[in-house]
Amino acid sequence: MDKLSANTPCEGLLPLTVGSVNLTEEDPGAMTSIAPYKGRVKDLSAALKAAHGMTYPAANRATGKAGARAVWFGHAQAMLMGPAPDASLAEHAALVDQSDAWAVVRLEGDGVEDVLARLVPVDLRPAQFKRGHTVRSLLFHMSASITKVGEKTFQIMVFRSMAETLVHDLKTAMEGVAARG
Amino acid sequence: MRITCPHCGERDRREFYYRGAAVDLDRPAPDAGEEAWDNFVYLRENPAGVTRDLWYHESGCGAWVVVTRNTVTHEVLGSELASEARS
Repeated sequence: MDKLSANTPCEGLLPLTVGSVNLTEEDPGAMTSIAPYKGRVKDLSAALKAAHGMTYPAANRATGKAGARAVWFGHAQAMLMGPAPDASLAEHAALVDQSDAWAVVRLEGDGVEDVLARLVPVDLRPAQFKRGHTVRSLLFHMSASITKVGEKTFQIMVFRSMAETLVHDLKTAMEGVAARG
Repeated sequence: MRITCPHCGERDRREFYYRGAAVDLDRPAPDAGEEAWDNFVYLRENPAGVTRDLWYHESGCGAWVVVTRNTVTHEVLGSELASEARS
């Protein structure tokens, strides 16, 4: 038992390519939920900017870039992905380490919106949903966080325990879209 | 049925969990007396018309939302965060 090896949430399930759409696993680095104390969002945003280079995201938005991102994660909550949180943030917000608790995947390619349209009851087409936009919604029957990180690229997060279901549901939708040609 | 979440905008009803009448926001004082507590715990209006309900945006942002709707026409008239409706 002296040598344990780490498994990622989607170990053995990904990568996957169906038609023009690719599904791969992301290594998000450290993940920390940030819940700002009452009336402290401005101070928190300044501290976040100074320490990690991005502001605190508004509702339905993500800030930062690949490797260091802050994703809006619900009512009075954001998720810092990438860097370990600077100690200065703890002055303005409750920080909880959630590393390894989420399965994070990347869905990209032509027709990626058609795949998501089969699963998510929110309009994710480019006219409505642009890079830097994010939603908390359902993916089939699971609560998910969906963020547009590129022209045809989405980052999807669900609870780690749902990784297999996530891959199964996405695969089924990808095959459905591909079968239509 | 579509419900507007103050954070997320208009969303499908299946993302929400229904709690009940928004009376929970007006909890009587501990010493308000038996009648006030009896009303609070057991008695509910059953209006044909405008009603205020508490919904939880369970599969979305996790906010408690007070939704004003009309039980006769099924119109959803408005919504606000419960945390703000209370103060």
